[in-house]
Amino acid sequence: MSENKPKQDAGKVFLEEVTGQSEEAQRLKGWRKTGRTLVVPLLAIFTGLVFGAIFIVVTSEDVYAAFRVSFGTGMAAVWKTIIQSYQALFTGALGDPARIVAAFQSGNPLEIRRAVNPILESLVNATPYIFAGLAVALGFRSGLFNIGVEGQLFMGAAAATAVGIFVKGLPQIIHAPLAFLAGALGGALWGFIPGWLKAKTGAHEVINTIMMNWIAFRLTEWLLSGPLTRPGSGGLPISPIIEKSAEIPQFFPPPIRFHLGFFIALAFAYAVHWLLFKTTWGFDLRTVGANPNAAKYAGMNITKNIVLAMTLSGALAGMAGANQILAVNRSMALGLSPGYGFDSIALALLGNSTPMGVVLASLLFGALRNGATRMELLYIPNDIISIIQALILAFVAAPAIIRTIYRIRVPKEAEEAVFTGSWGGGSK
Amino acid sequence: MATSTIVIHRKVEIISPTRQRVTGIVEVLLGVLIFLFSRRAEPGMVARFVMTPGGLDRGAAPDWIVPAYATLLVLAILAVGLGLVQIFRGFGRWMNLVLSVVVALFVFAFLTWATAGKSLNLVGMLSAAVLLGVPIILGAFSGVLSERAGVVNIAIEGMMLMAAMVGALVGSVTKNMWIGLLAAVLSSMLLALIHGVLSIHYKINQIISGTVINIFSTGLTSFLSAKFLQTYQQLNNPPIFPRIPIPLLADIPVIGPLFFNTNLFVYIMLIALIVIQVALFSTRWGLRLRAVGEHPKAADTLGINVFATRYMAVLLSGLMAGIGGAFFTLGSVGRFDEMMTAGKGFIGLAAMIFGNWTPLGAFGAGLLFGFADSIATKLTILGTGIPTQFMAMSPYIVTMIVLAGVVGRGQMPAADGTPYEKE
Repeated sequence: MSENKPKQDAGKVFLEEVTGQSEEAQRLKGWRKTGRTLVVPLLAIFTGLVFGAIFIVVTSEDVYAAFRVSFGTGMAAVWKTIIQSYQALFTGALGDPARIVAAFQSGNPLEIRRAVNPILESLVNATPYIFAGLAVALGFRSGLFNIGVEGQLFMGAAAATAVGIFVKGLPQIIHAPLAFLAGALGGALWGFIPGWLKAKTGAHEVINTIMMNWIAFRLTEWLLSGPLTRPGSGGLPISPIIEKSAEIPQFFPPPIRFHLGFFIALAFAYAVHWLLFKTTWGFDLRTVGANPNAAKYAGMNITKNIVLAMTLSGALAGMAGANQILAVNRSMALGLSPGYGFDSIALALLGNSTPMGVVLASLLFGALRNGATRMELLYIPNDIISIIQALILAFVAAPAIIRTIYRIRVPKEAEEAVFTGSWGGGSK
Repeated sequence: MATSTIVIHRKVEIISPTRQRVTGIVEVLLGVLIFLFSRRAEPGMVARFVMTPGGLDRGAAPDWIVPAYATLLVLAILAVGLGLVQIFRGFGRWMNLVLSVVVALFVFAFLTWATAGKSLNLVGMLSAAVLLGVPIILGAFSGVLSERAGVVNIAIEGMMLMAAMVGALVGSVTKNMWIGLLAAVLSSMLLALIHGVLSIHYKINQIISGTVINIFSTGLTSFLSAKFLQTYQQLNNPPIFPRIPIPLLADIPVIGPLFFNTNLFVYIMLIALIVIQVALFSTRWGLRLRAVGEHPKAADTLGINVFATRYMAVLLSGLMAGIGGAFFTLGSVGRFDEMMTAGKGFIGLAAMIFGNWTPLGAFGAGLLFGFADSIATKLTILGTGIPTQFMAMSPYIVTMIVLAGVVGRGQMPAADGTPYEKE
């Protein structure tokens, strides 16, 4: 079974990192290389959707009713259910093509906006995914498994909410960035603690970030029913609405929620790319991630890099929370996240821990989440998306499954992302 | 068989002077806190602890009346005294035991303070703690079994959630709780098998594999719940396991109501504790399993089938998580709600770490965490003004402190989390 995952020669990786040869080589190979790296994720997404379809059919009462009539009607019902569901998913995510064309022909700006709103809404859904996915990807690149994105996101949201409520009388150009920054700091703190503990005591960040998640949930629960509670909410854990000046602006009048945060997320994706691949800092981070021993020999400060990476990762996760408060929800409640934290692990893997890949994966997941709301009209609960996401995550993490299903040859060089070693790997 | 000659080397733990001092200071601080409690209780105030849980007449004991002020003072002096001895002389290898005694004193002092001038059903609270602890402890056993064989299992939460739903569904359809329990356990073991295939066969990162199962099972249970269980109430109305008093033992005061006059899951938990503890540490089977978790290559060389052992451990881990999950629907609430495990699987993971990867330790930690939960619910009734959320947070904080090595570092299996590659 050892041929499933070719072992990466750590020394070679380090040499390539130092000389920059590997990236040069990647660039030379060009399209063939890109094609090969895209095959597995694309097939994983496709297979995930196929399994999703099977699942929808198996749980559809109409299908069972039709099979009771005759086998032919049953098969027809199966086909109809699949087409209907995925059509709903598609139009829910990207809009109805006929309607968009008609709207553009009529030239009515209001109608155009309404017709393209599903796409815009998908982008709104993708925004927190981009931030959260970047957080996990940055961790992966530095050899750290930040499973605490959910908690960092909650702390970021809480910090942003606090600044959004209690700071008054500032112009929007100062107040909104300040609240956003507070969110980043809240998340950064929640990332810093496990990072520092790992660097100083060797306590594994996976356990600590899980623990920090639950501490964050309880803490926000208390905040929202205590210091941050909305007056007159009757004990419901919900915050007041933030000041107008703290809002990240939306571009169009409601109900269209498309907002500036999406572009901020793209800017941060570029910033993370720049940090990781164009700066010495990023080089250090990646080297520590790829091979801590080599990094130590090269005189890099591992402690500093671990703390730095976890803090930055936490800050990005905090931004996801701040973005949701300042740009979308405008007040904080406990149902803030439909599981961004765990989904972001899937995003980072799907995007092979590159910022560009994370953005693409986020757009996909945002579209799926958004399209699922349309599927609910067909009595398909939107939790189907979580099932599909889990399957995609499994297939991306274990490319061997996909290769077995589609009989693809194993590529010569390793393509799996680099992860932390063992549970106790940090305790040396 | 040569396998029985494997010796697993463990580092002899040397207690550093710094740690001794830190522990001592912590104990003194706890003592000072108890003293501060005593300032809030007026002399003459009594705390009344009811020792018979409501609705039960077996195992009754007279109420326990404690003078608050005097008790708190005595407890404070004891704690500070032990702390000072710890700082200046040290208790050596008894250090952790003394620390837990001081923590217990502190908890008792806290309860006395909170109850001063009121009354509290102590046995009722403890029996709630045991029941709250059941899923945590079974989850922790689940973790112990798989991690001792070198497979990290963060999917306990997902397995429990799945078992809870399947138990409710099958129990309702068949109107038979035993079939419900069986189905719950099988569903959880199926997830465990997937975890095994992904992490042992495909060698994907075990934490990612666990995450896959958590996301999948959250999605699947919420999907089925929204589509069927909420619409058709008859699908979500399973029979519940009744209270089964054990003859004679149930009449023992305090212990009887807690452990011997309750539900099947508590008995399963107690039996599992003994079986796993003995099997892991006193049988050849356990030695092999631990060898696979500590040094798979050595184990392989000596003829142990590493892959088979790991699969077996992961399946048993699924079995434990399945029973723990079934407890939610078949043992306590009697219906399934989305996300009803509410992080109990993760606290189980914490209890496992806190209990230093041993069943006995995990059992103690799980009881402690269950106790923290039950205090949290009682706090609101006693009106101490301390937010319940902080009480609920304490297991997580305590686990982080343990993990950081402040009160003695746990010793995780050496090969925990690393896939085994046969060469």
